[in-house]
Amino acid sequence: MENIVIIGNGIAGVTAARHIRKLSDKKITIISSETEYFFSRTALMYVYMGHMKFEHTQPYEKGFWKKNRIELVKGHVTQVIPDEKKLVLASTESIFYDKLIIATGSKPNKFGWPGQDLDGVQGLYSKQDLNMLEVNAPNKKVCKRAVIVGGGLIGIELAEMLRTRDIPVTFLVREDSFWNGILPNGESQMINEHILEHHIDLRLSSSLKEIVSDERGRVKSIIVEETGEEIPCDLVGLTAGVTPNIDFLKDSGIELGRGVKVNRFLETNIKDIYAIGDCAEQHEAIGNRRPIEAVWYTGRMMGETLAQTVCGNKIPYNPGHWFNSAKFLDIEYQTYGWVFPEQRKKAEEMHFHWRHPKEKICITIAFHKDSEELLGINTFGIRLRHEIFDRWLTEKRTIAYVMEHMADANFDPEFYRTYEKDIVDQFNSDFGKTVKSKKKSLKQIFQIA
Amino acid sequence: MSTYDRSMALTGQPPKSLSTNQKFATFLGVTGLIIMLLAIFNVSFPNKTLWLSISLSSVFAGILWFSWNAYSQKLPGIKNDGVWFKSISSRGFWAWIAGIALTGFYIVLYFYPEYLGLVSDGDNKGIIALFDPLSKALSGNPASQWFVYGTLYTVAILAFGIKFLWKYRHNRYERLRTISVMLFQTAFAFIIPELMARLNGDKILNGGSLPYYDLKNVWPLNYYNFESYRIKGFLSSGDIGFALLIFGILSIFVITPILTYKYGKRWYCSWVCGCGGLAETAGDSFRHLSDKSTFAWKVERWVVHSVVVFVTLMTTAVVYSYLGTDTSKYWLTKSSFLIGVAVLLTLVFGWVMLFKREQLQKDAQYGAIGYFVIIMALLGMHFFSGDGNVFLFKSETLRKSYSFLIGSIFSGVIGTGFYPIFGSRVWCRFGCPMAAILGFQQRLFSRFRITTNGGQCISCGNCSTYCEMGIDVRAYAQKGENIVRASCVGCGICSAVCPRGVLKLENGPLEGRIDSNQVLLGNDVDLMTLVNQK
Repeated sequence: MENIVIIGNGIAGVTAARHIRKLSDKKITIISSETEYFFSRTALMYVYMGHMKFEHTQPYEKGFWKKNRIELVKGHVTQVIPDEKKLVLASTESIFYDKLIIATGSKPNKFGWPGQDLDGVQGLYSKQDLNMLEVNAPNKKVCKRAVIVGGGLIGIELAEMLRTRDIPVTFLVREDSFWNGILPNGESQMINEHILEHHIDLRLSSSLKEIVSDERGRVKSIIVEETGEEIPCDLVGLTAGVTPNIDFLKDSGIELGRGVKVNRFLETNIKDIYAIGDCAEQHEAIGNRRPIEAVWYTGRMMGETLAQTVCGNKIPYNPGHWFNSAKFLDIEYQTYGWVFPEQRKKAEEMHFHWRHPKEKICITIAFHKDSEELLGINTFGIRLRHEIFDRWLTEKRTIAYVMEHMADANFDPEFYRTYEKDIVDQFNSDFGKTVKSKKKSLKQIFQIA
Repeated sequence: MSTYDRSMALTGQPPKSLSTNQKFATFLGVTGLIIMLLAIFNVSFPNKTLWLSISLSSVFAGILWFSWNAYSQKLPGIKNDGVWFKSISSRGFWAWIAGIALTGFYIVLYFYPEYLGLVSDGDNKGIIALFDPLSKALSGNPASQWFVYGTLYTVAILAFGIKFLWKYRHNRYERLRTISVMLFQTAFAFIIPELMARLNGDKILNGGSLPYYDLKNVWPLNYYNFESYRIKGFLSSGDIGFALLIFGILSIFVITPILTYKYGKRWYCSWVCGCGGLAETAGDSFRHLSDKSTFAWKVERWVVHSVVVFVTLMTTAVVYSYLGTDTSKYWLTKSSFLIGVAVLLTLVFGWVMLFKREQLQKDAQYGAIGYFVIIMALLGMHFFSGDGNVFLFKSETLRKSYSFLIGSIFSGVIGTGFYPIFGSRVWCRFGCPMAAILGFQQRLFSRFRITTNGGQCISCGNCSTYCEMGIDVRAYAQKGENIVRASCVGCGICSAVCPRGVLKLENGPLEGRIDSNQVLLGNDVDLMTLVNQK
């Protein structure tokens, strides 16, 4: 029986395993040194915040693995020897494979800052990082102030986490507005305001120069590059992005870039070795996507795709329309298609932006200047129906059509206030149109005749 | 992971102590309780109206003050911070104290009301006497232990309801739903029945009596509704009573199925029902404690459906016991009634097996067949058993064991008393025959479902953790499946706590409602067709 070995028990590896099991009877082994069972990495924050226990982040009961005959090995792979189809573990044990799937995910970026390896300096990615956070910042007495470096999704999550324990947080963001490498200005501005509302000391256009040590090798303070200001702190959270976790592959002969280089079939340069998830790097970017996409959903999709290939139905990784979602403290964010920020916007990309006069709710729709075709949408504080936007993007609907049928796309709970009318009114006045919004139609939503 | 520390803290518990305001609020609330406790120990209060008012308002104000302090400083949004760090909400020391105290209260209430001061002939004593002024003001009668309980129940739903409204002020669905349960409890469960009792012997009723009737309580939740004393009560009140009786029957066979078809069982379980009302308000701090294991799910299905079978048998037996045998006096006799029940059950069973079988799990099919055979066999035995013995037991024995085991122990002592240990909806999930019947309707023919938003699920588990009915919502969401579960009461919290906006409670077309295809968006559609071919 063919032995499939998967390194990494994150969403990519586990999805691959589940789908291989659905499609075949092969022997499946998952190796991880992080945790015994698969858990949702994105939910680690809720454990620290006391919303959930760690067990709750594990989607499958213990019996699931046995029932599906997926063997779990707790161990750290130190070396891959493709010639012998062999893995060497830190315990010096060896594991042989017929097909190998590398799904080792990422590790937090460190850009060579002085003091970046001091005690009290950490990223937030793994279960071990969370354990470390409990030591470094259990409460506001032990951790009198935390400094977070890096203005991304993990940074704002870490800030939210620390605030639930009343720990004062200084948030250093290199850009002049939060996440404006991804978000258009109006949205980024709104999130800036929301961060301040949560009593987080947001420092824009600020980067880290140096982490200062005390006499015991613990962090004592940090120095801000731009102002030279020294901020005393007990924890430095490094959240300036992630890099593929592939150091152990250096001498294996597998072609590496920043990540493990793969083609559209998720194959590496060596036969029977594949890579998926955060650690995989496409030779050529797919559409507007980046070659490495460290996103939960892409990891899952690659796992699904690769399972087909491994089970003899070779198909390319072909992600559909881009989507993503996140939550900035209390504000939910969803995006479908592409809405680029000002600096990356193409000449033909037009934006329509609406923001609620009082609430932290806004929406941006990108469309083609000439054809008026929908390119993408960002929403904050309004939930949108995934299937509808996926359909509209495929059908290349115009902005006017989208405006007219906004009610069909609304996915907010019942009785929520809807803003379709306000949005359409502003659209009409901004672009001199006369679109009228239509009532919600179950027939259209569920596509029934 | 079994040795996992609750707090995750290696250096001691994270700081989740009470603020000064909350300490004062607790003091105020407990003072109110102490007045009641003193009354239980027969401390005689000179001015009962005054002391009762002081006691109830301190409890009320204490709860409000506490929750105001907890939520007023926070921005609207999901705030379950530290829930698993607090002793009371993570099965810690205070949870056990609260659980034991509540359970003790229920045991005394149901089985030893004399310790609360109930006197059968003569003036009440103790805490019941303390409540006399309020009861007299409402119904004209002295208080009973049920009146004391009803008042405290209503106060709890109102005060904790306001807490819930603060906590979920960003969510209109939750707000409206809570206002609805608060209203139904105060008006329909508490005040209206008292006023109805006041109408006893009034002229419009020609000297008859109007039963104490909580209109929103539908059989089988009020399993006593068709007992002979109730029927006599209805019939003695002339047209109004008769109308109430008809309403009682219509609610079972017409009103309930129609509403459930349109809105799922949530219209009842989380918008109207008093048991649900208490679970949602006072029980909100314990909702995450429900067991989500598949084992618990199996137990739940067998237990709750057995209760339905039991209550059906019991009611049949009770009605049977007071019907006559002489067809010339009245058309409804022992035999015609049993035949009617048999026909009705056969119709329901036949309909499900013919048209809806594929929507039931295998164990549900076997269970249904088993129960059907048993009931039919018991009905058949009627012709062989002696007079007064219905089935194999005396109807009175059956009724007594039901009201003891289910009505008291399950719904009260375990259902509510164990909130801090087993979560807030233990009764609704494992014991309530009404919820089971509505769930059956919801599963088979309701427009209600929880839709999952494409492939946006990050499997974080908030939805499952906060599901008070112990449904593993995530298991469906991460596969992109619609959630159609008999036990779902439609509280909407899974959708509220979802950080990605994946879940939505909605009423849509029946077609494609139970979608077993795994529709995960994102990947190219051809691939999904491929996956679905399996």
